[in-house]
Amino acid sequence: MTTDEQKAIESEIYAFIGQEVYPPTPAADDINEAMIRQWAEIMGDNNPAYLDKDWTANSFRGKTISPPAMMYVWGQEGFQVTKGRAPNAMSNLVSVFDKHGYTGVLGTNVKQEYFKEVSPGDNVTIEMIIDNISERKTTGRGTGYFFETLSTFTDQRGEKIGTQRFKVLKFIPQEQPSAAATEDKLDVPTRIASPRGHDNKWWWEACDDGKVLIQRCKSCQTLRHPPRPMCGECQSMEWDSIESTLDGEILSHTEIHHPKIPGYQYPLVCAVIKLAEGTNFVANIIGCSPSEVHIGMKVKGVLEQVDEKTMLPQFYPA
Amino acid sequence: MNEYKTLTRTEVSVGDKLPTADIDITTGLVVCGALATRDFEPVHHSKAAAQAVGLPDVFMNILTSQGLMTRFATDWSGPEAVVKSVDLRLGAPNIPGMLMTVSGEVTALDKDSGLVDLAVTGENNIWGMHMQGTVQLTLPKES
Repeated sequence: MTTDEQKAIESEIYAFIGQEVYPPTPAADDINEAMIRQWAEIMGDNNPAYLDKDWTANSFRGKTISPPAMMYVWGQEGFQVTKGRAPNAMSNLVSVFDKHGYTGVLGTNVKQEYFKEVSPGDNVTIEMIIDNISERKTTGRGTGYFFETLSTFTDQRGEKIGTQRFKVLKFIPQEQPSAAATEDKLDVPTRIASPRGHDNKWWWEACDDGKVLIQRCKSCQTLRHPPRPMCGECQSMEWDSIESTLDGEILSHTEIHHPKIPGYQYPLVCAVIKLAEGTNFVANIIGCSPSEVHIGMKVKGVLEQVDEKTMLPQFYPA
Repeated sequence: MNEYKTLTRTEVSVGDKLPTADIDITTGLVVCGALATRDFEPVHHSKAAAQAVGLPDVFMNILTSQGLMTRFATDWSGPEAVVKSVDLRLGAPNIPGMLMTVSGEVTALDKDSGLVDLAVTGENNIWGMHMQGTVQLTLPKES
């Protein structure tokens, strides 16, 4: 985008800063138990502060309260939004972005602060302004601008209940948004597939058959792992294998925290294990808390199906 | 009388882990969560509308994520904790068929005011981080 185009959009969008999206508008319905009950049931929230009058009568509050996270709910516009929203400063701002090619939209942050608890019978008034718009940013989703709305909530006495800051990224999409629409079904991710090359395929196939093997040089009988074509001791390329008992001892270990890779079970502890046969082996330690894993710990491996396509030795405390 | 236990400020410490919660993301939870928060944007109840914006199915609205994050915090603290703020960063969408695992940890505690900060993360098993943020609560002095 040229500087002239940037100036053009910025002169239009920055004029929206401070504009009112909703003037102070009381909710059509007072806070009420029916809506709280529906919300609590669906959220799976059994907090007695919301609906249990017997309990709250003896609590420090003396009465039930609205779930704080419902603060924005009371003033929502309702089902009419399926037919489009009435134009306001926010929709006008969005139209300006769209006109300039910033058609992508992504809610990125929402922060609610609560100053006062409210109860059935109270009424929530919402007021919203466009509080700020960032400078032009380059993001992983594309180039764009963040705009932030600030909503202020008051009760029927004019006392401030809380605020909400909602940040939205409007950006130039890097690809057509319909690209992923053909994907109709979610594939549950699995572990990274075992590498089955010329020199190690046999080892994984043995796992599939329920055996963990250790390669052995036919010439000098030296064991080796991971599988490779030549003996490091005598350079023979003739080999066979023995089956491991999977008895071992931890030589070293680490816990993988971040980034979490979909398809793996966490906590995820990886260890270098010295097998009773003498070779080292890298595997996960499960069946105990990561804090219990230590160097010298005796472990026992079990060949397990860890996902639909992978049989893998997993090690437990012995 | 008090059958519901609320943690007091002397009973928690920085570094305490909250019990993790696994939440099945079903069409029911997505659609009914949108309804319960009066969010009638079609992308939260119409699969066709969601597909038109590039997602495979309806996706969870922000107010439901906020609700689940608050629930996670107060399930741990008990009902006499007062929620002061929920600061949420949004990540990958929650789509029916996913499983979201919510975990959390106490990251700050002011014993005088009883204000605790909880770092909470909700990760789904397909796309990873769905929500990450801080819930602030005030814990009572004594139960």
